[in-house]
Amino acid sequence: MATIAEVKTVAVPAISWSEALKKSAFAALITLGLCFPVVAFRTEVDISNRLILLPRWGLVLVFVAAAFFGQLVLSIIAQRRAGIVKAKRQPIAISDRASIIAKAFGLVLLVAYPFLAIGLSGASGSVKWIDNFGIQILIYIMLGWGLNIVVGLAGLLDLGYVAFYAVGAYSTALLTKTFGLSFWTVLPLAGILAAFWGILLGFPVLRLRGDYLAIVTLAFGEIIRLILINWVEVTGGYAGISGIPRPTFFGLPFNASNQGFAAFFGIPFSPLHRTIFLYYLILILALLTYWVTIRLRRLPVGRAWEALREDEIACRALGINTVSTKLTAFAIGAMFGGFAGAFFAARQGFISPESFVFMESAVIVAIVVLGGMGSPLGVAIAATVMIGGTEILRELDWLKMVFGSDFDPTQYRMLLFGLAMVVMMVWKPRGLISTREPSVYLKSRKGVSVEHVSEGHG
Amino acid sequence: MAKQADPLLIVENLTMRFGGLLAVNNLSFVAQRGDITAIIGPNGAGKTTVFNCITGFYKPTSGRMSLAFPTPATEEEIQRLTDSGHRHSAHDGGGLFLLERMPDFEIAAKARVARTFQNIRLFSGMTVLENLVVAQHNPLMRASGYSILGLLGSGHYKAAERAAVERACHWLEKINLIHRADDPAGDLPYGDQRRLEIARAMCTEPVLLCLDEPAAGLNPRESAELNELLRYIRDVEKTSILLIEHDMSVVMEISDHIVVLEYGMKIADGTPAQIRDDPKVIAAYLGVEDEEVEQAEAEVGI
Repeated sequence: MATIAEVKTVAVPAISWSEALKKSAFAALITLGLCFPVVAFRTEVDISNRLILLPRWGLVLVFVAAAFFGQLVLSIIAQRRAGIVKAKRQPIAISDRASIIAKAFGLVLLVAYPFLAIGLSGASGSVKWIDNFGIQILIYIMLGWGLNIVVGLAGLLDLGYVAFYAVGAYSTALLTKTFGLSFWTVLPLAGILAAFWGILLGFPVLRLRGDYLAIVTLAFGEIIRLILINWVEVTGGYAGISGIPRPTFFGLPFNASNQGFAAFFGIPFSPLHRTIFLYYLILILALLTYWVTIRLRRLPVGRAWEALREDEIACRALGINTVSTKLTAFAIGAMFGGFAGAFFAARQGFISPESFVFMESAVIVAIVVLGGMGSPLGVAIAATVMIGGTEILRELDWLKMVFGSDFDPTQYRMLLFGLAMVVMMVWKPRGLISTREPSVYLKSRKGVSVEHVSEGHG
Repeated sequence: MAKQADPLLIVENLTMRFGGLLAVNNLSFVAQRGDITAIIGPNGAGKTTVFNCITGFYKPTSGRMSLAFPTPATEEEIQRLTDSGHRHSAHDGGGLFLLERMPDFEIAAKARVARTFQNIRLFSGMTVLENLVVAQHNPLMRASGYSILGLLGSGHYKAAERAAVERACHWLEKINLIHRADDPAGDLPYGDQRRLEIARAMCTEPVLLCLDEPAAGLNPRESAELNELLRYIRDVEKTSILLIEHDMSVVMEISDHIVVLEYGMKIADGTPAQIRDDPKVIAAYLGVEDEEVEQAEAEVGI
């Protein structure tokens, strides 16, 4: 003990201010150089159509000062960090009890969320919170968990996941509208159809790895979208499909009629009922995805996925059929994408190819990567932050008072995404939750530090 | 010899050609059941290529590799299977397998040939125990009803998983790694990783274990431990071993039978004592012509 204390006191060195100041001055100089052509002058056209330059030295000063002090703080932190001798990182023992309590608490919070929202913001104000936040975030959590099977566990980088989401949504729309099937019949069908497309995509790309796999899956996503746009007779093209029947509560529709949900239970009709019902529906679907993923991880197929991510050749030497293992990963991942798509179609009542652009795939992949590959909790946190964050931007109207009335915070969404990504790359390159939980243990369950876990080669 | 009548793996006229390069040229040898058969030879002689052919990672250009257990197959049986065009004639607990016709994972799963790699290929992000459980994938997959019963929490699968963990523990005790069962495999020192890879291969319950340079990078003490482990595998587990090795202390001490390759061709085949005195082998290792062996030996002072 004494020796450790000694080491620590010795280890914190005096901060070299001159070094830090030099660096900061350099950063400020670069900022000044960069600002000169971009920020320092504002070009405007005056009444007689001449170009005039309005100097903005104040703004330049703000930028330069920000760079200077930012660099100063960073270099002081870096110096302190370098000085402290890092204790050898101990594997983190995961306590079963703590994790069960945390899960139970999370579950209670999720179940109580709609009522908390109603309680806090009233019946009319809560629709936004349940629909835009609750349902929207849960859809992405479910998509994240579904893609996590393919990318996080099996290590197959799939950039076209939104295609399965689209297959689920369009099969729901077409089957309910053409054959008059109910949402509940179509839901499993949508999952099966998406899984079928997953296998169909899986077959040709089995031999591809890494970047090549990513490109082909990306192309697959685009193919599906282009088919949806161009096959106008079936899909309606850009116009999409509208009037998709809404899901019912065991046959009770959510409307003001005598056969409706409200009338059956003898409560006054409110559009909020459907929103709450949809919230619980997507909550159950997401939890189903979670439960299946957790169970599969502890089954031989789940272990084979992870082993495949670690080393495909070793898998084959152990008698694991890598073809069927990869295909099951694609199929099961796609199936959950299909379920989410079916829910999406039923919730919106209207779908069009606009909803299934590459950007959606990118957001889902970003959620999985930011969350920490293979970690359901990390994915849930990342989805909440990313999707919740964009929704929060819509709420920031007060910023208009600061930046003027033409300021729209949602325009900065991608900038913030990018910033978050950069910060994560520096701070936690392997995602928020970067320990892998072993699927089986003898004495104690210790998290496996990411430095050992490979990211998969495709 | 009585042993001669019990072949496990018969390799006949194996040829492997990569474009213009003839890596293995018309190689024939027999690995006896219950033996440690070593394949030695200078670098680039084609040893690993032979391994990759046997384990299905390469498809040989020509040749036949037949493996039979628990009892050897007769010449006629092998010929009949070859003519029939089938890959194998498997029955409960054994059969006859034509390895050149089977894909790699089937060779491991059905013909029960396990292998290790020259550069260790552990699942380094998974724990030591998980590595050994993954190796028991196929029986566990069946026990889990191809995941469907397992997903529903079947007791049958749970019992099978417990048995798998027990088998893993048996091997962890054997290789003295039981205290590190829950640590990531990538955290182990090099020598332990080598032994873990052998234990992982043994968890597939093979009839033939192919080891590609298991003693590479081991110190003398670790080499001695390895010898002991390989003897245990041969004598107690009754698994035959096919071994590629450069470390002559390992090869000469534990092998029952040695095959020597040079430039893809077999130059000698026999017991360690025979191989040690074979002028062709000495010539190959010293890199001189046969006639100059004595002179070269005199020069280096053997």
